[in-house]
Amino acid sequence: MEISIAPLNLLAIAPQIVVSVTALVVLLVGLFLPEEHRGRIAWPSLAGVLIAAGLLYYLWDRNDLTLSAMLRTDGYSLFLNLIILIAAALAILFSVDYAGRVRLPRTEYYSLLLLSTTGMMLMTAAVNLITLFLALEMLSIALYVLVGLNRAEQRSGEAAIKYLVLGAFSSGFLLYGMALVYGQVGSMALDDVRVHLLSTGSQSPVLLWLGLGLMLIGFGFKVALVPFHMWTPDVYQGAPTSVTAFMSAGTKVAGFAALGRVTLVAFSGLQNVWIWVLAVLAALTMTIGNLAALRQTNLKRMLAYSSIAHAGYVLVGLTAANRTGLDAVFFYLFIYAFMNTGAFAVLIAAHRLGSSPVAGENLDDLAGLAEHRPWLAAAMALLMFSLTGVPPLAGFLGKLYLFSAAVEAGLIWLAILGVLNSVVSAYYYLRVVVTMYMRDKKGAEVVPAPLCPALQLGIAVAAIATVFWGLWPASILNLVTITTRSFFGG
Amino acid sequence: MPEDYGPIVILAVVAVGLSAIAIAAPALFGPKRPTETKLAPYESGKLPIGPARRRFSVQYYLYATLFLLFDVAFLLLFPWAVVFRDLAPKMTGLLIAGIFALTLVAGLVYVWKRGGLEWE
Repeated sequence: MEISIAPLNLLAIAPQIVVSVTALVVLLVGLFLPEEHRGRIAWPSLAGVLIAAGLLYYLWDRNDLTLSAMLRTDGYSLFLNLIILIAAALAILFSVDYAGRVRLPRTEYYSLLLLSTTGMMLMTAAVNLITLFLALEMLSIALYVLVGLNRAEQRSGEAAIKYLVLGAFSSGFLLYGMALVYGQVGSMALDDVRVHLLSTGSQSPVLLWLGLGLMLIGFGFKVALVPFHMWTPDVYQGAPTSVTAFMSAGTKVAGFAALGRVTLVAFSGLQNVWIWVLAVLAALTMTIGNLAALRQTNLKRMLAYSSIAHAGYVLVGLTAANRTGLDAVFFYLFIYAFMNTGAFAVLIAAHRLGSSPVAGENLDDLAGLAEHRPWLAAAMALLMFSLTGVPPLAGFLGKLYLFSAAVEAGLIWLAILGVLNSVVSAYYYLRVVVTMYMRDKKGAEVVPAPLCPALQLGIAVAAIATVFWGLWPASILNLVTITTRSFFGG
Repeated sequence: MPEDYGPIVILAVVAVGLSAIAIAAPALFGPKRPTETKLAPYESGKLPIGPARRRFSVQYYLYATLFLLFDVAFLLLFPWAVVFRDLAPKMTGLLIAGIFALTLVAGLVYVWKRGGLEWE
């Protein structure tokens, strides 16, 4: 008997391969470097990420099923991979100085960062429940360790345990949902689920409904939708800030990629059902995220709640379930990666300028920043305005597209709620700006430390991106429309 | 075919019932004459020395974890080796298993170099 192996189309997943091989190489090279030179590992890591991004460009108009139809390299996965790689590259730039200063084990740090990136990139390409789950675990397990990597800080370990226990719990929900779907359909492929649903229609058995519900819980946990968001503030606060910057953008992209494939492809036959579930989740997530952020004085916690609120905005676009909606989701995730990682990077810079181990985390630490660090304060102000959604910055356009997609889909109440929430969010974002520009620094002295050039570069890129794509969004919008057209098969 | 499960139900009832009787009967009918010696913890017939809660080294957890990792890995390589003769493009099969094994070796090198195999 002959067992034939399907031809390996390794080129289609070359970006993922490059990133994972870089992770292994970095791990082994770091072992043989003396401690004082380990910081240099950042550069080969960054090179791996940039090469992978170059390969994305090379693969751009492909639509390949690869590895026995487990992964699909199409515009959908390539564009989202681009966002993930941007987040990873920015996170590496932010870590160059920070990782050494807070004494993270840098060999493991960069290696795990790249492995987590690989998991996220595989997740965007997964078209089978098995690969979807494996990719999710790959990114999660690496992140559990990254969150707890700062062993000098008790909060870091606490955050890691919370993330691990709740993450494992939510993985259980996800897996149980997948098992129910498999039990009904008899296949793990998302396309088979879709075909099955097309034949049964709305008379589909309750197993599929349950399965979808459980899977939504699993993904909802990963992207921090509201009833499943409890872990977010604690984990974001406890994790090393550079890790928070990375996971707040990367995990959301990967989670929404999976959520998009599962709802829009596999369960498109049940659209009239899940649309209401997602609409309610989006409304709750926006409202509770923003209201909770109002009361935070710790900036990391505030940004954690703000990231919950932004997950709600993105979900509005997904709820619209049309091409405009997906366009908006893609554009918003792209912009969000810059805005959010940039905001965390400013906290890293403020940490450098303070003297205590938690410097840069509290609102008061930013008081008077405009006076002694005018450029840093200006960048932070831009990022905060963009997160609020003030025109002409990119965050405004992103929200405009998301809410207009909701209006187009007839979900006018959701769009109105989104706009109201943006108004509420202005309070806590602008409070940061007010603190930087209108309050004087009291008490603690400012360390006149020079900022690491890599960190400055990263913050500059993030701030300029929000201005650039706010004024000239056409370049990204063109990419996005090409991507979604191929996704909806138009 | 729910009726096909009848014998299993009977077996379950008998098993639970017999165990319940075996536990309940001595408790109800047996004579109880406790003495101090009888109530002492049983330690293979010897007199108990010291409390049972003692600190002991948990170094072996690393070994256990590593063993588990490599054990599962080889579990995956066995079926591959058995069917290797029948694989259609043999080189592809070799390549896949080779990548898998090399990744494991990288892990082993890491553990070795970081001192995970030292026993202190």
